[in-house]
Amino acid sequence: MIYEVFRRERRGQPFEHAGSVAAPDVAFAHAYAHEQYGRRGESVALWVVPRDAIHGVEDFVDELGKNYHRVDGYSLKAKLKEARERAGTAAPDR
Amino acid sequence: MNERERLLRIADDELVLGWRDSEWTGIAPVLEEDVAFSSIAQNEIGHARAIYQLLAEDADALAFDRDAADYACSPLVELRFVPDWARTIARRVLYEAADELRIARLKESDEPEVAGLAAKIDREEAYHRMHAEMWHTRLRDEPRYRDALEELWPYALGLLDEDDRPSLGERFGRASNTVLLAAERGVHVEDWTELWEEMTMVRRSVPGAAW
Amino acid sequence: MAEKPLTDQEFLAYVQGGGQVEVDDWMPDDYRAKLIKFIEMHGNSELMGVLPEREWILRAPTLQRKLALTAKVQDEVGHAQLIYRVVEDLGKPREQCLEDLVAGRAKFHNVFHYPTKTWGDVGVIAWLVDAAAIISQKALLKCSYAPYARIMKKICWEESFHILHGRDVVLTMMLGADEQRELVQEALDRWWAPLMMFHGNPIPAENDPVVEWRIKTQGNEEARQQFLEGYVPQIWELGLMVPDPKLRRRDDGVWEYTEPDWDELRHVVTGHGPRTEERLGLRRLTRDETAWVRQVVLADSHRAYAA
Repeated sequence: MIYEVFRRERRGQPFEHAGSVAAPDVAFAHAYAHEQYGRRGESVALWVVPRDAIHGVEDFVDELGKNYHRVDGYSLKAKLKEARERAGTAAPDR
Repeated sequence: MNERERLLRIADDELVLGWRDSEWTGIAPVLEEDVAFSSIAQNEIGHARAIYQLLAEDADALAFDRDAADYACSPLVELRFVPDWARTIARRVLYEAADELRIARLKESDEPEVAGLAAKIDREEAYHRMHAEMWHTRLRDEPRYRDALEELWPYALGLLDEDDRPSLGERFGRASNTVLLAAERGVHVEDWTELWEEMTMVRRSVPGAAW
Repeated sequence: MAEKPLTDQEFLAYVQGGGQVEVDDWMPDDYRAKLIKFIEMHGNSELMGVLPEREWILRAPTLQRKLALTAKVQDEVGHAQLIYRVVEDLGKPREQCLEDLVAGRAKFHNVFHYPTKTWGDVGVIAWLVDAAAIISQKALLKCSYAPYARIMKKICWEESFHILHGRDVVLTMMLGADEQRELVQEALDRWWAPLMMFHGNPIPAENDPVVEWRIKTQGNEEARQQFLEGYVPQIWELGLMVPDPKLRRRDDGVWEYTEPDWDELRHVVTGHGPRTEERLGLRRLTRDETAWVRQVVLADSHRAYAA
């Protein structure tokens, strides 16, 4: 079986995908991941997960341009300039 | 036997077993075991080193500059098994169990340095025990493994002081009446000389040099 | 990366533009085949690289050296493991790679076909062979195939310790007895020619399909020049001699050297090196003796779980 390995590098960090190991069961996967991803003290913790247990999600769709979800959907510069001029607080152009 | 002698025995056992475990480098049955055995070997050499450092100014000199006859290691660790995996695992399993008993004793030493070191060694050995247990479970029903355990039982007893042998016997459900049974320390096996020669050849090539 | 298959031309433009390919992405058959061959050779090299060094673990003259060398060699096996995992996910099981290797059907780097004779070799290999390797490996960090690029990051990090260890071994000997200095020089004399061949014969990058697909991002000659530029000064500053009277750095920064014997390289990597047969033989023997371990014990597991 293939087990995917996730590692936490330091306390406070999230688990990140590190790679995979081949092992007959979880006891062996534990030992082998311990070796491959921790023998040089490079991780404080690991998760080993059978590859079959992982369900991928990739069906992201944005056909109609949902720009209100993104920073580029908001253009404040022109409006801000006009508002400052109206309030008399516009700074001289630099 | 005084504590110094006891420590030297453990250090020499760890040094030589580390050597034997390293013989699987590059040729273990699966790559993952190659890596695992390397970790175990490094721990063993590290333990030997820490003990030699307690016993002498120059740990390397103590580790490598004695004559072959003057090493206190036990026959169990001297035997050459590559490429026999069954005997190799049987030795690991028996050794870890026996070693756990004698480390437990050391943890009770009056010397804080010794007790402290024993506690550290004990914690590092947790991985070895897990690994041995994993293989023991996998190979339990395999005839060649069971034969290997049988064959090496006297050697496992020979690793320990007489006082500790009954506990080992209980652990494995075997007789530990050892007067006739155990392969005692003090007589090196045939494989030992060749090991000693290879282990010390570079060092002997330029005596007194720094490497 | 688009889900629909692209044309080969579109794919080529994608990778040449820095596009990354993941394991489940569509890829041209030729790309996949070249990847497998390239990466498999790397895995084989890491594994075969263990054999010249393993006996020196047993002979290490201090406890510290024993530990450092054990850790170095362990890394190499670990790298082989990581690399074969990548090959397996591309479609060739590890078991098949190892079968091909012991049967003499697969290639591995030239340097691992040569004998190691003394402790001097230990220092020279860990310092200079690993240095040559790390130059190639850094060029793989930008491989278009992302799973391989990612493991290269871990591999490069671990290799940096090896070079330190090698340099330490060499420096200690150079500061020691005359016999020790001679061991280093003698080892360098033997290893120089294989090192010069390590990066391969100088195919121009534009004629190298592996570069074209951005599997590797550096031509052979460029790698060799980088090696010379980085390491010849380090060799000379210790008072060591490089056994090539033509070796010199031109004013324009290019290193000149005696052209290596490319026929020898071809001869060696096709399985005719001085130690090739012996080492493959050792792997074959122990593989056969431990087949029961894989079959009996691990038969219920993933088919590729084998040494």
